[in-house]
Amino acid sequence: MPLRRFACPLLLSMAVFIATDVQAGEIWVTNEKDDTVSVIDADTLEVIETYETGERPRGITFSKDFSRLYICASDSDTVQVMDPNTGRILHDLPSGEDPEQFVLHPDDRHLYIANEDDAITTVVDTETRQVVAQIDVGIEPEGMAVSPDGKIAITTSETTNMAHWIDTDTKELFANTLVDSRPRHAEFVKDGTQMWVSSEIGGTITVFDVATQAEIAKISFEVDGVHPDRVQPVGFEFTNGDTHAFVALGPSNHVAVVNAETFEVEEYILVGRRVWHMAFNADRSRLFTTNGVSGDVTVIDVASRTPEKSIKVGRFPWGAAFRPKPE
Amino acid sequence: MFSLKLQTKVLLPPASLPATLLTGRKTVRVITALWMILICGPAWAVDLSVHYIRVETPTPPTLSNLDPIPDDLGLAGAQTALDDNNTTGKFLGQTYALDITELSPQDDVLGAARAALAETPFLILDAPSDVQLAIADLPEAQDALLFNVSAETPDLRSDACRGNMLHTAPSVSMRTDALAQFFVTRRWTDLAMIFGTYEDDRLFADAMRVSLQKFGISEPAEKEWAFDADMRRNAAQEVPLFTQDLGDYDALIVADEVDDFGRYIPFNTWQARPVAGTEGLTPKVWAPVVEQWGAAQLQSRFTEAHGRDMASKDYAAWAAVRTLGEAVTRTTAADAPTLRAFILSDAFELAGFKGRPLTYRGWNGQLRQPIPLVHSRALVASAPLEGFLHQRNELDTLGLDKPNSNCTAFED
Repeated sequence: MPLRRFACPLLLSMAVFIATDVQAGEIWVTNEKDDTVSVIDADTLEVIETYETGERPRGITFSKDFSRLYICASDSDTVQVMDPNTGRILHDLPSGEDPEQFVLHPDDRHLYIANEDDAITTVVDTETRQVVAQIDVGIEPEGMAVSPDGKIAITTSETTNMAHWIDTDTKELFANTLVDSRPRHAEFVKDGTQMWVSSEIGGTITVFDVATQAEIAKISFEVDGVHPDRVQPVGFEFTNGDTHAFVALGPSNHVAVVNAETFEVEEYILVGRRVWHMAFNADRSRLFTTNGVSGDVTVIDVASRTPEKSIKVGRFPWGAAFRPKPE
Repeated sequence: MFSLKLQTKVLLPPASLPATLLTGRKTVRVITALWMILICGPAWAVDLSVHYIRVETPTPPTLSNLDPIPDDLGLAGAQTALDDNNTTGKFLGQTYALDITELSPQDDVLGAARAALAETPFLILDAPSDVQLAIADLPEAQDALLFNVSAETPDLRSDACRGNMLHTAPSVSMRTDALAQFFVTRRWTDLAMIFGTYEDDRLFADAMRVSLQKFGISEPAEKEWAFDADMRRNAAQEVPLFTQDLGDYDALIVADEVDDFGRYIPFNTWQARPVAGTEGLTPKVWAPVVEQWGAAQLQSRFTEAHGRDMASKDYAAWAAVRTLGEAVTRTTAADAPTLRAFILSDAFELAGFKGRPLTYRGWNGQLRQPIPLVHSRALVASAPLEGFLHQRNELDTLGLDKPNSNCTAFED
């Protein structure tokens, strides 16, 4: 009996230990005007590393197994591949000029890159390090998304104001849909049945039905005490089960919480200045937003929808990505 | 439509790009374009042509020849916007064309305008305000849509406004209001002003006085610049003496729109004070130092195509042609009454790389736009400045607000 009484708490504490261990992670943030990435411990909320990158790093994403980090070094006109365990740049990938954002295809091999200055989307094979295709899109392509089944890639073009639908087999456009001014970010949700696009100057998110490319909803935002012109949706991410979207609203310095069923905004959370993009921790209990002008990252407690902490990073933090903490 | 594509440069060093890929891209492009025309052509096909009329204004002699005025000032902005419109248009089956007529004041300007109006109702006017009014009053222009990209006269937005004329150039009041807001923010409320003798200098000085009064700043001490000496040789001796009797002040305003003497004022004043106005800290429509809000992309696109920096008039012309492009994209119409109604409606907004959507004032056809306050090396602030509030739109703290404009031509 005494043994059992002893064993239970031990097992319990081990379970807790394992659970927190699984959740442990890092948030990697690109600092656009410092040419660095900051690594934030997602539990202690401290910056634990800062690594140098090429010029003007913006988009950032990990390979599936988190062994490689891809960084859009916009002004170096390249995508850099970093070993996240050492911070060493392994090699560069040909990316076309001025890569701003990209998305990794579910095949874990092909990067779809928006070349902002060239009105082109470049597809790069990360294994052969060759350009596979270049696709003409509208002016200032930026937002990139790929459907979960890998069949459709999206590029949004900021000045043409369109979402361009790319057939990933043929590498050709099969649809072009107008959205409001300056589309910045795109995401597939709900198992790839919906595609959302944010429009920075239009101040809206357009929701498309993927099967028909038809617009099914338009989400607007209204922040108390902030002129509508300053409410500029940029990056957004979805909570577990895609029930809610957290939307960065740029110079309004707020993040909106949108109900993804009703398309109603439920809440606005005050963050740092000119909020760009964001990343969740492992269990999506915390959200980390990059605040360009204030040079910090706001940590939001997702359950209570309250800002928890500001973490100082480099100058003009832009992109954010999560990886589990290595052993 | 395809001639545009000739400007698209090769993206990668040839070595890293297999030859087949280059060929492949061209093929894809043509197929895509044809496909778009086949699919979208019958329903959406729209052709719109814009005619840019430029009437040269003689520039007075200036003390320095350091900054020559580019030959394609304004035109290059329209060309950039045309390329932007055509890139969007190729996905929608819409094509845009730009015709240009350059005239001197002695030419038959009205005859040229009539000829242009026989081809298209959409004119870009880069001309003195009296010439623009004469064009706007032509019987042939009554159902046309004209864009003023050069004249900053406040009167064109008030008593002399015309219902067929929109303004993408700001009024000079919008620029001086921006500067006055900056003075208030910095609490530089004791000011002095030097103004030149040309009409544009007086226009700026007049607008500056109105702006200072509007934002509750007392009248500046003033002096007229009437020197005709060559200041490259003796600015250091002349300017301290000239500014000595202005007394003490927080900042010195220079009103020298023709860029004659202003460049010799900074660092030569009797008092060690900052210079603002047309020199030093200047309120502008656009400047090479504007880089936020995606402006860097427009700047590099422009510089690559035209081999120089983008200037204010280029921006005004760009905004005019892009306004038409945006209206055509959203309405799929190409007739002036439909486009005019849409442009003046709440549904219209132009992403102008200034951090806010640009719209038109419904009472006088003026494009609302932030005014960057810059010096040659950096953006200092962008008006409207924080704290200048407005019941409708903060951008309406700049220039003629509805109650201040006597324009009635838009009341339809």
